Amino acid sequence: MNLTLKIWRQKNANDKGKLVNYPISDVSPDMSFLEMLDVLNEGLINKGDEPVEFDHDCREGICGMCSLYINGEAHGPDRGVTTCQLHMRMFKDGDTIVIEPFRATAFPVIKDLVVDRSAFDRIQHAGGFISVNTSGNTIDANAIPVNKHDADDAFSAATCIGCGACVASCKNSSAMLFVGAKVSQFALLPQGKIEATDRVLNMVKQMDEEGFGNCTNTGACEVECPKGISLENIARMNREYLKASLKG
Amino acid sequence: MALDSKIPKGPLADKWTNYKNSNNLVNPANKRLIDVIVVGTGLAGGSAAATLAELGYNVKAFCFQDSPRRAHSIAAQGGINAAKNYQGDGDSTYRLFYDTVKGGDYRSREANVYRLAEVSANIIDQCVAQGVPFAREYGGLLDNRSFGGVLVSRTFYAAGQTGQQLLLGAYSALNRQIGRGKVKMYNRHEMLDVVIVDGKARGIIARNLVTGEIERHSAHAVVLGTGGYGNVFFLSTNAMGSNVTAAWKAHKRGAYFANPCYTQIHPTCIPVSGDHQSKLTLMSESLRNDGRIWVPKHKKDVDAIRAGKLKPTQLEEADRDYYLERRYPAFGNLVPRDVASRAAKERCDAGFGVNATGEAVYLDFAAAFMRYGKEQAHVRGLDESDDALVRKLGQEVVKNKYGNLFQMYEKIVDQNPYETPMMIYPAVHYTMGGIWVDYNLQTTVPGLYAIGEANFSDHGANRLGASALMQGLADGYFVLPYTIGDYLADDIRTGPIPTNSPAFDEAEKSVRDNIAHLIDNKGTHSVDYFHKRLGKIMWNKCGMARNAEDLNSAISEIAELRKEFWKDVRVPGTNEEFNEELAKALRVADFLELGELFAKDALLREESAGGHFREEHQTPEGEAKRRKEFQYVSAWEFKGEPKDAVLHKEDLVYENIEVKERSYK
Repeated sequence: MNLTLKIWRQKNANDKGKLVNYPISDVSPDMSFLEMLDVLNEGLINKGDEPVEFDHDCREGICGMCSLYINGEAHGPDRGVTTCQLHMRMFKDGDTIVIEPFRATAFPVIKDLVVDRSAFDRIQHAGGFISVNTSGNTIDANAIPVNKHDADDAFSAATCIGCGACVASCKNSSAMLFVGAKVSQFALLPQGKIEATDRVLNMVKQMDEEGFGNCTNTGACEVECPKGISLENIARMNREYLKASLKG
Repeated sequence: MALDSKIPKGPLADKWTNYKNSNNLVNPANKRLIDVIVVGTGLAGGSAAATLAELGYNVKAFCFQDSPRRAHSIAAQGGINAAKNYQGDGDSTYRLFYDTVKGGDYRSREANVYRLAEVSANIIDQCVAQGVPFAREYGGLLDNRSFGGVLVSRTFYAAGQTGQQLLLGAYSALNRQIGRGKVKMYNRHEMLDVVIVDGKARGIIARNLVTGEIERHSAHAVVLGTGGYGNVFFLSTNAMGSNVTAAWKAHKRGAYFANPCYTQIHPTCIPVSGDHQSKLTLMSESLRNDGRIWVPKHKKDVDAIRAGKLKPTQLEEADRDYYLERRYPAFGNLVPRDVASRAAKERCDAGFGVNATGEAVYLDFAAAFMRYGKEQAHVRGLDESDDALVRKLGQEVVKNKYGNLFQMYEKIVDQNPYETPMMIYPAVHYTMGGIWVDYNLQTTVPGLYAIGEANFSDHGANRLGASALMQGLADGYFVLPYTIGDYLADDIRTGPIPTNSPAFDEAEKSVRDNIAHLIDNKGTHSVDYFHKRLGKIMWNKCGMARNAEDLNSAISEIAELRKEFWKDVRVPGTNEEFNEELAKALRVADFLELGELFAKDALLREESAGGHFREEHQTPEGEAKRRKEFQYVSAWEFKGEPKDAVLHKEDLVYENIEVKERSYK
């Protein structure tokens, strides 16, 4: 099929940036979205133009590196997938596709479609861990039974890939789904309860300092999340935060 | 230089304990005076960086991704082995050791493998303490599954995302140390050379991938946890950025490269769909617990299926060839990866491949749906004779176990694997070869260490499923932190390593010269154009089956391609900016050298062992035929060009295990 791509080009963080039109032909429906961009870039390089920069790595939906905002949706029109798992069969011959970076104050653009998401790392530095030494001299793994329901919920929260689609989809650029998922994973496990108070206070404080907005419960983040992280995690974080503040 | 593996004396089971009791230690106050560089933040690098920092060393960690959490360990699906024997099915440290050595086709080092098996149980304890949400049973205890090449259930897992969960565990330990200021993290940085001062590894040259700045970093020791080199094949299950550059630069600076030809071609990957393909996707080996692999028995059915006139589900049981169950009744669908891959290739080469390209076999869950469904119907007191109900109940069970994999398959192939069997074909997945290390995980360059997939030590000629995660974490959490101390004990009075020495000047200049050449080259073809051509040579001539003629021609073709690359590659833009093409060009330049050494190593190894199959050396049944005279590690010393590399042999001695014909029948 033949398509028209409108792609955000921005030389560097200080450049103003603009949308540029690129026609592309002979796109196979079996291509992934990123493979389609590979073909575009190959053509640009062969013509002596600069290729479009975008983040990507594992190309199987787990590393969380790819981060495109396609036709107004994080990771494009399909559900439950990252951009690398989006296939061209989701589009029709003659379509125009607008491709932008994930936009948020806390995610400044580095170049073209590449953004800086290190704010997520800094939130994790503030408390996204259990303070156990890695010496291996812990207790036997089966000495801490965890009921399956809690273990499964903790796992579901832990499947967050840190891509930032939640932030890009939120009109307030809130990171509550991301932070809520991490807080929830530990809050649901007995190992995580010991530091629960400090963890939620520190992570939320860092989140606010990074310039992420507040949650107004529109639920857009949950819809666009490629891993289906549930809004329940935000509710759980709010409960944890309230508890911690009262203790505080 | 003669290779000294530095294996401690004493009985196998006591070696590691004796080592730990007698090695040199660095006192806590002195650790503060010592800097360590860790390159790579996957399971090996991430866990090493966190643990070294926790011990008190000053750590600088580097990764090329935008966050350490994205290292490719994250994509490991099925699980992690540990000799916990929670199932009471006869597992033990010795049995895990035995399975690993046998699985590696008797080409790994006994003492290293035993140590790996010994610390494996601790990994699970450690990860649970860190809050890694492993799968559990209703009683609240940990669940296990089986993997290929073994007869026990020792694999711990978190759905089909075990690597993700373990990596996030290591990342959380790393975050804790970053938060404490003990690890300085450098994201979006690529190591482009290792710096050797007075014979010791004392630092690296790295490129900041955002600004293009070329940076000097010094330390008392350098640790490479930079993964494998499967991307030399262009198409592999590795991430797009996975590369050999750090390991290869270390090789060029004196580290021997061991067994480069040992590659794991994983049997269950989604087949190639077209020329646009950028990477291949794995379907976890754990699926072989419940999926049965088959092709049609008769050519006429193959033709009908390819023509779309027959659906696989319409084929009678009697007309199907469950070839793994037929050839290997004892292990069936759970034979090791090398065996399963070759068997798939054999059937497809014989014309029984089930897709348009003729390169696919079925992985079928229909029997598992019914088996699990019957059990569920029984437990819930429902009608066990209602096939539709039973199938539905069974599908729910399978969805719980492998839901994400089924979803991934459907998104890529656009077919529903609950309704029709999956189509799979082998693909490059893992490299057992890597930088040669001794028992301390130190390379032939003092102060330079290699851990995880980057080294060669534990998997011989074939890795068992769920053992890569085990090795990465064992090296990073529990082995390196002890062994590196033994070396660093001599450095407590050294003081900070200056970066203005001639060695740093020379290394930085060589990096800058390379970059300038690539940018100024203004050739006619993109980096990918060369990478794809390299991949084709590798796959066709150094792939699942190899022979002397092909390998000889691969060597000359790769050398030729390398020349062409340096003459004709086009890298747009400049160094002083975010420039993915430049980063790729630097990686492919190294793949073009490694590929030649790979073929040279495969040519020299005139036997079949594990993932290395030489057509000239097979049994009458087509199984791999090992040769006693090749019971050694090939460790290559760099001498200017890959073709001039000098071979050093480390003989493999088996004192605790009988070297037998490896049979899974």
